[in-house]
Amino acid sequence: MLELSDITAGYAGNAPVIRNISLTISPGEAVGLLGPSGCGKSTLARVAALLHHPDAGTLVVDGTPVRRWRHRAPREQRTAFGVVFQQARLSADPRLALTDLIAEPLRATGRREGVADRVAELAATVGLTTDLLSRRPHEVSDGQLQRACLARALVLRPRWLVCDEMTAMLDASTTAALVRVVEEYRAATGAGLLAVGHDRVLLDRWCDRTVEWATLTAAVSADDVAIR
Amino acid sequence: MTERASVLSVRGLSVRFLMPGGRRVAAVTDAHFDVAAGECLALIGESGCGKSVLASALLGLLPGNARTAGSALLGELDLLAADERTLARTVRGRLIGLVPQSPAAHLTPVRTVRSQLEETVAAHTAVRGRAALREAAEAAAERAAFPVDHLDHHPHELSGGLAQRAATALALVGEAPLLLADEPTTGLDRDLVDRTVDELRRHVDNRAGGENRALLMITHDLAAAERIADRIAVMYAGRIVELADAREFFGAPGPRHPYSRGLLDALPDRAFTPIPGLPPELGALPGGCAFAARCERATDSCATLPPLSGTVACHHPHAALTEAADRA
Repeated sequence: MLELSDITAGYAGNAPVIRNISLTISPGEAVGLLGPSGCGKSTLARVAALLHHPDAGTLVVDGTPVRRWRHRAPREQRTAFGVVFQQARLSADPRLALTDLIAEPLRATGRREGVADRVAELAATVGLTTDLLSRRPHEVSDGQLQRACLARALVLRPRWLVCDEMTAMLDASTTAALVRVVEEYRAATGAGLLAVGHDRVLLDRWCDRTVEWATLTAAVSADDVAIR
Repeated sequence: MTERASVLSVRGLSVRFLMPGGRRVAAVTDAHFDVAAGECLALIGESGCGKSVLASALLGLLPGNARTAGSALLGELDLLAADERTLARTVRGRLIGLVPQSPAAHLTPVRTVRSQLEETVAAHTAVRGRAALREAAEAAAERAAFPVDHLDHHPHELSGGLAQRAATALALVGEAPLLLADEPTTGLDRDLVDRTVDELRRHVDNRAGGENRALLMITHDLAAAERIADRIAVMYAGRIVELADAREFFGAPGPRHPYSRGLLDALPDRAFTPIPGLPPELGALPGGCAFAARCERATDSCATLPPLSGTVACHHPHAALTEAADRA
């Protein structure tokens, strides 16, 4: 169970981007969060994935309340989440070959044994060929890099996946391929999913239920975030 | 096809990148197509298939290690043979208006939209004098449906939709007969995609100085292409593999090339099944059909390169009519 209650969060002290947002995801459930650009849905996703400390509100992950975010979060809680971001290029270290990119979470958590096998297994899962694994991000296409980023998100076998506009930059075929990988992983492990996006057709097809941002409660209107 | 005056006529366009170690990357190979006045041609395909390289070739913006072949006639002018001086003074902005990918990055961040529009008007038209420029810039903003009261904003203060309109306004200033839109909707939400492409379509339908504009839209967004395109060109591994009427492509009888079918079947409102495998490397293309390795219809004959005969380059295209019924 992933329970976000009354979350208020923002980037400047007195100007919250989201206010009093609540959202609950059952174990194994796939929830699509739909909203226009600039509404704050990515901020909520970052709070849910322990990547952004909210100003107020509570987050309970599988019964344990979260007290610390980001690097201060206990490893056991941090590694329960796999996150895929919209911009693969900005979320990949340009100095790492794809194979090291995928293995990084294993190394960062001291699980060095069996790295090669696990990377090979995941590369096959996401459809990356062996010759691509030795390349660095600038040598592969956006679609190929996002495949690697998805593999990185799955490498620690997270109980929760947060996909923030994972497919917004991708073509139809790559989108369908990545969604299939996520769904096969969830079918095998029972992981829950929060998929953030603005494509209703995609989220309706992908998720068990789709939540409109506007129904979550009184968010600060998008006009305050960016001038329309 | 009804005979309308061709604005752009591309014949045998190829682009090769020379890489260190004598490697060659075949980014675009033997592209043939026309774009007529008042027409929108959508060039679709997966990322990395050579679409944007083709656009850069038309604008003369390829990097130094690129070699081109073939011709791209815009009126009397061959864009591929033109020198930098001609391209800079008569082509960019005047004969071809570029609607860029990610407008927010295309606009100058430290200047207001008004100042950028006025500069563009002064560079591209005969308008002179501060008051006249101001007026012309406001008229240009209005044409792209950019709200005049936002003209004094800087690009970072604009939403994605308004930034897109500001970029479109700049592209329209020179009254160019050809609009070239390179992934104009990447990262926009669906409503904004619809609005943006509808506006592009409006600029094609509206006459500018008595002549209809032509629009070449490069995109991987099939829904956007379906919304406004008259014809569809499908690109795979640097080659145009299908050139079809948009209504037949998205409706009945549907696309004929197995790759085009695969693209449509990947849409979430259709089968939502990906095409297996990955596109081939442009630096190491197979000798025959580049799609054969991923194609369920492939046979031995696919080891030879299929020519673009009629509308499709495939040895085993789907029938033009018979499968209309089972897709309806």
